[in-house]
This record gives sequence, structure tokens and C-alpha cells, in this order.
Amino acid sequence: MTDDPHPHHLTPSYRSTVLRAPARPPVRPALDPEAAELLDPVYGHQPVGPLDHDLTRQHEGEPIGERIIVTGRVLDSRGRAVPDTLVEIWQANATGRYAHPVDRHPAPLDPNFTGSGRCLTDADGRYRFVTIKPGAYPWRNHPNAWRPAHIHFSVFGTAFTQRLITQMYFPGDPLFAHDPILQSVPRPEDRERLVCAFDLDTTEPEWALGYQWDVVLGATPFEED
Amino acid sequence: MPAPSLPPTPSQTVGPFFAYALPYAEGPFAVSEDHPDAIELHGRVLDGAGEPVPDALLEICQPGLFGRCPTEADGSYRFRTARPDTYIPLLVFARGLLKPVWTRVYLTGDAPFLAGLDPVRRGTLVASPSGERSYRFDVRLQGDRETVFLHHVPPRG
Ligand SMILES: [Fe+2]
Repeated sequence: MTDDPHPHHLTPSYRSTVLRAPARPPVRPALDPEAAELLDPVYGHQPVGPLDHDLTRQHEGEPIGERIIVTGRVLDSRGRAVPDTLVEIWQANATGRYAHPVDRHPAPLDPNFTGSGRCLTDADGRYRFVTIKPGAYPWRNHPNAWRPAHIHFSVFGTAFTQRLITQMYFPGDPLFAHDPILQSVPRPEDRERLVCAFDLDTTEPEWALGYQWDVVLGATPFEED
Repeated sequence: MPAPSLPPTPSQTVGPFFAYALPYAEGPFAVSEDHPDAIELHGRVLDGAGEPVPDALLEICQPGLFGRCPTEADGSYRFRTARPDTYIPLLVFARGLLKPVWTRVYLTGDAPFLAGLDPVRRGTLVASPSGERSYRFDVRLQGDRETVFLHHVPPRG
């Protein structure tokens, strides 16, 4: 499909794809409207708490870093709001370190920052997180490899086939051109859609910079007009 | 006239660091132990060299049920869910997968969908019994016995 915005599985510049990318073309099953793939996933056992969206208030003190607000809407392929859907995020701290044992980047952990949050979209499809701006971090993909600052996003939607995990980047990052993961998205206009926009109206005076980023979920075979 | 269609947000890899954010204690247990149709679904995720994939995340979705399970160091996963009427849709994310792969777990080999597949490959979608109410299903991302993966996106227009 020429208008597929997604990366190809095999992207040798991202080394881990070489032994993990499926080589055979996928099979497209004829889905009837009752197909299990079209169910609305009933996520979770834990209700979303009122502070789960605020990554700066999960510990005793405040995390170090540039406080930011990241908000946007989850839309379907016709541009309609997707309300009440779960959005989960995770990210490195301001120094570029994840609160994960396999992250060995010699940058400090922040005792006041775990870096994961979640929320449900409102009636307008809007999500909103308060966090700190993540740092760039090195990885071992190639010599002197660094990931541009990003926040990982996981979004559900109304059919299991819409399930999306992706990464949101920040405008003007000099590492974009050197990042095989962002560059795995074939077309520049599609890569641009992974970059949030600074927004002065979202910015709160004397408190936090604001960024806007919308997520568009894939079409489903039986979407109603 | 339908509204113009918007291109979907591109997928990016789940990466290596999701383990403290996405998995949760009850995630692998879509039903309780005493559910009358409870089955165990377990197996391993393997790469093209037959090596375990220790940083994959699997999700299943059935009517009213959802399950999420990360793989262990040996590539293994284990769900408890309900015996399906037809099949269990299975979604796999991993470091090194820039977009997830979709597959289906069938507990028997007689489904019409399987009959339409290459006979050499259709067995990759059929779990093998591994005890009472227990089924084993390995996911091979690549190689001679690569699992049949599915594509669900309709053509845009
Ligand atoms: Fe990351």
C-alpha cells in the first residue's frame, strides 16, 4: 500500500529489526462485523486515578526538569473524537535515564520521577498530561547513537485493530536526522506527524510550557459514517 | 458524503523500557482461576535465530476480556483466559518491531480460515495441548517456521 504511513518491519539501520522483522507478507483475513479483532478492548482492572495523568506529583518532592503540559485529541480516521479511551505514556527523566533496571545510561535517576502515567480521553477525545521534558539518551545501535527526546504513547481506540503504540517527539530536535527509529517512517510528512507543536495557549504563565499533539487511529473495516 | 480520511499516526517501537509502565499484576489473568472455561495459554516469543525475545509485550482481546503479558528472560509468556468460541486474537509488540504483529491462536485445526492458508504454514496458528486446560503457542517472528501474521487495515479512500 503506497499510502501506508507505518515503518517497514525490516529497517536494517535499526539493528534490532534484523532478526525480529517478519519476512513473509501478512495475510488479510475477511473480517465479519463480529470478528474478535473488532471488539472494544475492555482494558484493565485498575481504575484510572485522578493524579495518574500528572507525572510530577507521584512522589514526595517535585522532579527536576522543565515542567511541561502535553495535550491533544485522539481521533478516528474520519476526524471524530474518540472519547473514554485509555492513553498510557512512559518516558526518560530530564537527564535521559529511564527508571528501568536495564537502562545503564550513566545519568542520574531522579527519586521524584518514575516517568509513567495514564488518563482517559474526555468527551472531546482530549487527553492531558503534566510531566517534565525528557532528555535525549544514548543507545548502542551504532557508534555515538542518541535518541531524540521522546515520550512513548500507548492508545487503545474502539476496536482492537486500532491499537497503537508510538513515540511523540519535540519540535526542532537536531537528532531527528540521525535517529533510525524516527527515520523508519518512510515519508517526511508522516514523520512530521510524530512531532508535537509548542502552543502558547496551552502554556500556563509562570508554571509550564504547553505542547499539542493529536493521535489519529487507523480505520476499521466497519467504521460508520 | 463521508468525511475525508485522516492518515493514521505512524507506529513506533515499544522499545526496551516499557516494563515499568505497561505491565500490571493482573494483566495476564483475563479470567479468574475458577472461571468454568478458564484455560492457560502459554509459550515463547522467538526471533529469526530461534533466540528468545525477552522484551516483548503480548495482548489478547476476547468478548469482555483483555489480557496483557510481558515476556520473561527466556521469551516466555503465560495468560489465563477463557476458551474461545473461535480463536484468540493475539497482538505482539517488542523492541525491534517498529509496528506490532497480529496473529490468531486456534485451539483446533479445523477452522475455515486455516483451510485457506498455505498448508505448510497453517499449523503456526494452532496451539498444542500441554496438559489439562493448557495450550502452548509459540510466536516465531522470522525464519522457516515464521508465524502467520495478519493485516487488518482496510484500503483508505
Ligand atoms: Fe524511549
